Amino acid sequence: MKQEAFAREREERWRAFETALLGLEASEPATADFAGAYRAICQDLALARERGFGTGLVGRLEGFALRGHQQLYGARPQKGLRWLEGLLAFPAALRREWKLLAATALLFYGTGAASYVAVRIDPDVVYSVVGAEGANNIEQMYDPEASHMGTPRGTSGDLAAFGHYISNNVSIGFRCFASGILFGLGSIFLVGFNGVLLGGVAGHIVNVGYGETFWPFVIGHGAFELNAIVVCGMCGLRIGLAVTVPGRRKRGDALRTAARGVLPLLYGGTAMLVIAAVIEAFWSSNHDVWPTPLLYAVGAGLWIFVLASLLFAGRRRAS
Amino acid sequence: MDTRFRVETPEGIELALSVAGLVPRGLAFLVDASIRSVIYTATALAFFLWLGDAATGPTLLVVFATEWFYPVAFEVLWGGRTPGKAGLGLRVVHLDGTPIRLPASLLRNLLIAADFLPMAYGFGIVSMLCDRNCRRLGDLAAGSLVIHTHHQGLPDQVEVDAAPVPPPIALDADEERAVIAFVERAPSLTAARADELASLATPLGGTRKDLEGIAAHLLGREGSSR
Repeated sequence: MKQEAFAREREERWRAFETALLGLEASEPATADFAGAYRAICQDLALARERGFGTGLVGRLEGFALRGHQQLYGARPQKGLRWLEGLLAFPAALRREWKLLAATALLFYGTGAASYVAVRIDPDVVYSVVGAEGANNIEQMYDPEASHMGTPRGTSGDLAAFGHYISNNVSIGFRCFASGILFGLGSIFLVGFNGVLLGGVAGHIVNVGYGETFWPFVIGHGAFELNAIVVCGMCGLRIGLAVTVPGRRKRGDALRTAARGVLPLLYGGTAMLVIAAVIEAFWSSNHDVWPTPLLYAVGAGLWIFVLASLLFAGRRRAS
Repeated sequence: MDTRFRVETPEGIELALSVAGLVPRGLAFLVDASIRSVIYTATALAFFLWLGDAATGPTLLVVFATEWFYPVAFEVLWGGRTPGKAGLGLRVVHLDGTPIRLPASLLRNLLIAADFLPMAYGFGIVSMLCDRNCRRLGDLAAGSLVIHTHHQGLPDQVEVDAAPVPPPIALDADEERAVIAFVERAPSLTAARADELASLATPLGGTRKDLEGIAAHLLGREGSSR
């Protein structure tokens, strides 16, 4: 059959298909037997290509086929919340990755401890870590006399602090993950850098004698915040490893699989950072309201909860 | 050189996606960046007028959410388009051509932090220039592609008035396609260039008129015989 007869014979069906497509694209319910009409279009396209029909006609059919394909196989309105399922898979996913998680924790807490000890032994080391101005800022932030401890100058009120913690800490978590795609180097650098920074800051605060107000302040949210950085950094290392050592797969395939695999961990890590920000802004920062023993007790409770969750949760679903 | 990405569907046909290059994607990014900066300014101003000094917290939250989730929200809820991409006729799809969904959109937009490094989206640009499908690092990890949604505007009816003439020699499918493609595109060429191209087809007569006659025959116009 020649091109024009072919097109004439099918024109009516094509118009009907286009109408159905426009309806679906405007989120109207599917017409009866849309799938059948789509298969007919695919057949027309295959014939038109095989017979060498004009680019214009083939292009129009290709457009129909692509749009039909997207409607048929593409996004449906999501039933239920898939990301919530992802979040529930968090403990099991953590268990599967315990080795890499332990390595990341070692990197983070190891650099933190080393930096803390170095600053305690030689107080001037802190100036190499944060600079003179940084050290000065930290002193002001954690001054027990300060109106709102633990927040940078210029922010006031719990809500402002909360906004600050969310935008800062969650972004750090995201960057610890994202930079891992550079053969893992970015995650190693950022996790180590944050370890050195936090360890150095803690050491400096203890050096200047603010330790008694600093520890009860940080212990509560630290349980979630520090371990969330470890989780996010681990996600970055996982995709970095996939790129660096893809094994028997193509690098791109290994990367895609690893990236999908760490999503539950990312959801979990982000949730931990949000929880940390809530605790920091609305509990830790009211350290002058609560007695210090209570802050320590709650902080210890939170650490036990987080560590116990990391160690024991998800065993049933891990297999 | 073909910048198309081919997907085979379960129906056994091949869809060719036209992958978007660095320039349209960069322009779409600039449009989105301007929209975002308008959002930042407007929310900061609105919160300040409403809450006064207490505006810092809510503003920081909105800026944070916009910074990371503006593209995710648009891509997932609006068929793979952000306003910038829609303006340039682009759309994000999975590697199988279906519209992007939450997991892939989240991955590609979190990884933009790596594309941004070492500065001014350096790694992202290098990755897009090196990858044949122009994917940045986030696209590589998420399994996503940015494609053009509009088609080349050739009419599907071929405009030809010549009287149908059977070709003097037998043509195979590729040759038939070439003759029809020439007639489809001839109106967009200068007359001199069209004549020059037609003269290459010496065995078919070598003039534009000859090719139009053969095309009319191939299209199945009245007066021709099968």
